[in-house]
Amino acid sequence: MQEDKKLLSIYFTAGYPSLNDTVKIIQDLESSGIDMIEIGLPFSDPLADGPTIQNSSTAALKNGMTTNLLFEQLKDIRKTVSIPLILMGYFNPMLQYGVEAFCAKCQEIGIDGLILPDLPLAVYQDEYETIFKKYDLKNVFLITPQTSDERIKQIDDASNAFIYMVSSASVTGSKSGFGNVQEQYFDRIAGMNLNNPQIVGFGINNADTFNQATKNAKGAIIGSAFIKHLTENDVNTISEFVSEIR
Amino acid sequence: MNYNVNEKGYYGEFGGAYIPEMLYPNVEELRQNYLKVMAEPEFKKEFDQLLKDYVGRPSPLYFAKRLSEKYNTKVYLKREDLNHTGAHKVNNTIGQILMAKRLKKTRIIAETGAGQHGVATATVCALMGMQCVVYMGEIDIARQAPNVARMKMLGAEVRPALSGSRTLKDATNEAIRDWINNPVDTHYIIGSAIGPHPYPDMVTRFQSIISEEIKWQLKEKEGRENPDYVVACIGGGSNAAGTYFHFLDKKEVGIIAVEAAGKGVDSGESAATSALGKEGVIHGCKTLLMQTKDGQITEPYSISAGLDYPGVGPLHAHLYKSGRGEFYSATDDEAMNSGLELTKLEGIIPAIESSHALAVFKHKTFKPDDVVVISLSGRGDKDLDNYIKYFNL
Repeated sequence: MQEDKKLLSIYFTAGYPSLNDTVKIIQDLESSGIDMIEIGLPFSDPLADGPTIQNSSTAALKNGMTTNLLFEQLKDIRKTVSIPLILMGYFNPMLQYGVEAFCAKCQEIGIDGLILPDLPLAVYQDEYETIFKKYDLKNVFLITPQTSDERIKQIDDASNAFIYMVSSASVTGSKSGFGNVQEQYFDRIAGMNLNNPQIVGFGINNADTFNQATKNAKGAIIGSAFIKHLTENDVNTISEFVSEIR
Repeated sequence: MNYNVNEKGYYGEFGGAYIPEMLYPNVEELRQNYLKVMAEPEFKKEFDQLLKDYVGRPSPLYFAKRLSEKYNTKVYLKREDLNHTGAHKVNNTIGQILMAKRLKKTRIIAETGAGQHGVATATVCALMGMQCVVYMGEIDIARQAPNVARMKMLGAEVRPALSGSRTLKDATNEAIRDWINNPVDTHYIIGSAIGPHPYPDMVTRFQSIISEEIKWQLKEKEGRENPDYVVACIGGGSNAAGTYFHFLDKKEVGIIAVEAAGKGVDSGESAATSALGKEGVIHGCKTLLMQTKDGQITEPYSISAGLDYPGVGPLHAHLYKSGRGEFYSATDDEAMNSGLELTKLEGIIPAIESSHALAVFKHKTFKPDDVVVISLSGRGDKDLDNYIKYFNL
């Protein structure tokens, strides 16, 4: 990969639009040139998500998605897909599965890392970091425009893959376009010379916002806009969505 | 055994702050300041003054003579129903609005189930001239119409929660999302002893005025500060936390919690969290939680909108797990009949939530000389429609 190429990452909710779309979506995203995928494990009460991802989660659960089923669907994914795969979900389903069993299963499948928005840094470090490391799983933390420099440094020290830069104070899917606040925030973070690359998420829905977000950062994540595309079109049009972004 | 929150925000194994990073600055600001602010003499003075002159405290500790005769024991009712706005909720909203002002917040959000906390929040916002948005499940908006009208009169905007079961759990989700979207100017007044640390402890401390008063009131009436039992209903558990607080370390005081069994603990339509819940994470804390094997939160049910919640505050999860608390659950039928019984025997129409606490007599027999203090957390005006329908009045 060229040094200056910006990463484009896509989030989707496993089990949506149909229960068994998971593998096809991952394969089509890779063949469309996507660099990394966040596979969303649906949750009944997704606190940090706006209506688009909430609705896809509710639909996925109604379709019958479970933690066990997702692992089953993904068991041979590494035979066909080589780009980094991240599981993204809320902490309670992982807690009920058993944190260690969950991590072991991720390693067995070939999952590279986890994003758990409601597992805070302190709890991770006190209780789970050794388990994540044992199974060679990266943990990805979020930062926001309100996160202090001091805490960003703590998060940078605890990170071993990339930092998820939430673009603005919002739940997912609620804002589009970036203003002065974002520009200043992007510049502030770029000036901190962090060890981990930053990937920007929330509010990215087209080529313009992608280019703005990745001016300084390593890459960007699109979630709600992709879910919306799947809802309005169908799972056979993934490459069309990707080609409009870059 | 320790029943106070530790420095990391846990009661035993329950509690903590399981929040997305977007909420960290707000919750951390509150955590660093809440004890300091509450200890300021000026804050205490303003809080005490408002509780006295505005809320009407102390609330009476009433010896319920005919109820006592019926159950052959000594029953006292802590009359939180006589507070301004009709329930214990206002103790906490007064405290939190003063806290929000100290933290220079200008906008208030809240969740509400039965509407009591929403009304109590809208009331203090009117009092302080602050902008107020209350999230309420669409179903609850329909079944608690008078409280919705009250909130609107008080100048609050009532926003319906349209996701999930469209009740208290979902209203809480929406309020949290609002806070994520408005991280700088907004304070979230959580109404129950739930949420990320420091909320359960802060709410408990604001509500602890209930047990503080019980102590001196009982001393006047019975010559002793400590009753044999304190009894309260539990949804999230704020009135219970306040009723128990000063007795938690007194081994001789029995702590009794009554949850909502709905149509029966095993009916699939229940909110009896201690019986049906497992350890999990909801709304920012680790606690007992009704959920599927897969960790998806399930929809609770109770005739009482205020108890219709799939979790319980972390203090109460600890009281249950450690055996300090005695937990019972009352069905809709038991609660409704206990509410009617109090009305006939004592001339007091209780909130359906409080009727669950009164249903303790259907589950436990007390000794004749036991002193049993029951928290009458709210009045029944808001529930008249439910009583009318249930009893064909």
